[in-house]
Amino acid sequence: MEKLTIIKSTFYPLPIENVDTDQIIPARFLKATTRDGFGKNLFRDWRYINNDETQPKPDFVLNQPQYHGQILIAGKNFGCGSSREHAAWSLLDFGFKVIVSSFFADIFKNNALNNGVVPVMVTDAFLEKIFQLGCEDTLTVNIEDQTIIIDITGEEETFEISNYKKTCLINGYDDIDYLLSNKEYIEAFETAS
Amino acid sequence: MGTTLFEKIWDKHVVKTIPQGPSILYIDKHFIHEVTSPQAFSGIEKRGLKVYRPKQVVATADHNVPTINQHLPIKDALSRIQVQQLKDNCEKHDIELYGLGHPYQGIVHVIGPELGITQPGMTIVCGDSHTSTHGAFGSIAFGIGTSEVEMVFATQCLLQTKPKLLRFNIEGELNKGVVSKDIILYIISKITAAGGTGYFVEFAGSVIRNLSMEARMTICNMSIEMGARGGMIAPDETTFNYIKGRQFAPQGEEWERKLGEWKELKTDEDAVFDKEIDIDAADIQPMITYGTNPGLGIAINALIPATESIADEGERKNLVQALEYMGLHGGQTLLGTPVQHVFIGSCTNSRIEDLRLVAEVIKGKKKNANVQVMIVPGSQQVVAQVYAEGLDKIFIEAGFEIRQAGCSACLGMNEDKIPAGDYCVSTSNRNFEGRQGAGARTLLVSPLTAAAAAITGVITDVREIL
Repeated sequence: MEKLTIIKSTFYPLPIENVDTDQIIPARFLKATTRDGFGKNLFRDWRYINNDETQPKPDFVLNQPQYHGQILIAGKNFGCGSSREHAAWSLLDFGFKVIVSSFFADIFKNNALNNGVVPVMVTDAFLEKIFQLGCEDTLTVNIEDQTIIIDITGEEETFEISNYKKTCLINGYDDIDYLLSNKEYIEAFETAS
Repeated sequence: MGTTLFEKIWDKHVVKTIPQGPSILYIDKHFIHEVTSPQAFSGIEKRGLKVYRPKQVVATADHNVPTINQHLPIKDALSRIQVQQLKDNCEKHDIELYGLGHPYQGIVHVIGPELGITQPGMTIVCGDSHTSTHGAFGSIAFGIGTSEVEMVFATQCLLQTKPKLLRFNIEGELNKGVVSKDIILYIISKITAAGGTGYFVEFAGSVIRNLSMEARMTICNMSIEMGARGGMIAPDETTFNYIKGRQFAPQGEEWERKLGEWKELKTDEDAVFDKEIDIDAADIQPMITYGTNPGLGIAINALIPATESIADEGERKNLVQALEYMGLHGGQTLLGTPVQHVFIGSCTNSRIEDLRLVAEVIKGKKKNANVQVMIVPGSQQVVAQVYAEGLDKIFIEAGFEIRQAGCSACLGMNEDKIPAGDYCVSTSNRNFEGRQGAGARTLLVSPLTAAAAAITGVITDVREIL
């Protein structure tokens, strides 16, 4: 996994609540057997008219040229529904490193972290402030300090992340490395039970 | 202080806890299927690893498989490759596969219980959010992502943070026409699609104790639809009677030993939950959803909430968007709305008991000419039982189509899709936009209510025809 410390970027606003993983990546695109290339189908049915790549829906945020960056801002309960990790892969493949919302679904949150996409949970009020910003305004997310800053105003919130996950993100470690390093404990547990 | 059912099982499976961090949790059973496993297999292979405990993994093909002509090669190339890759991976890693054509094949959350693989006290995971189904047996069962599937392949463990605990106490007598699907749709409509996030749920109370295992599975299955990681029910005689004698159930002395252990699996009287919610069964009517998340549900004879009555701006915007997608209006009744499709299937409601409920309602009747009705049994064993009990004759006489086992139109990964703009009354678990096919409009209901719509061709209060 790529090491992450500070992400400073403009963002795409998606002020919709309960964005489920079927919207992030519809089931018909889950037939691939690798992790690559899902970005082109991110938000597929919100992005194109009649599933036609030559007909982007002009009012959908990913199709609006004024928006760009590595951060997605979304309404509360982002990532609910199916456990498909393809949702995290498609966001990562599109270029997102941070998703900001006032609430995340559990499985999505784990899937995102396992792929180096940081779910940053902020208050409803802070989320609203971000939605009011312009398309050239930037946010700074600092993993070490667990802060998100609206650069133009200096307003700041802290977000939760476990020390363990923080260490993983900063160093680019993943859970499998950690679990494998505990193999002797696992074997001892199996023998004892 | 006493402990909860969840804590009893959790504590027994913790290998090690990272200070102020997650625990290493040992996993007893790992179910896999074709869609969320290929990248996990290639992941461990890239690390030069083999599956650590292949005997604790069980595989089936369900999400992507056709439900007609399963003996023929799969037409869709990508689906065929995915199913073939599962077969190759299972062979390479010595994993038992109940693939297409195998008498045990079926939806992963139907076959685990019916084969006796799912047992009380276990930790069970699968790369599928409806793994919560297995919690009906008093196990800790939850859905995981593909990176986590890879972790379990590599170490038979996961890193997990202990969730908060929520208990629903459901007491009283169920109303006529109300079955387990209505109970869970009612609960989700009360606490919303996000109301259970961060929690692991226990369902308790006399109503739950009186339910069959199939009915309990339907309830635990949809725990994820309120955002909860999983749901569980303490095992009792109903549970033990269900498991006894099944293919992979413990036998002889081992059965007696296990039974002794399982009988200890219950929440102590003085155990404390982070949150408890009491539900009066009398308040529950046959339910239906009208929106694009499972929390947007009402009693079948109630009116859709008026959008202007919603105070929260975000929620109101969501409701407006949902109703626009569904082609419905705030303040209207759903009763009498014509439907084009009825789907009876999915890991929520495709077990033999569900199909018996449907048969009872429709026996001797014909479906409405304007509705297409598809019955997709959850497993090959359920298919066999449908024929053994003669339910097939009832379904065929009514004009229903009986398919082979798979996830089918619940998620529209195979060719079983609902056309854009059409209404589908469905016994499945999700009514998200496009879930059953791009533009499809899903209304979630119980098998009874689905059967009623099939007969009348419109959304119907099943109590009127019972």
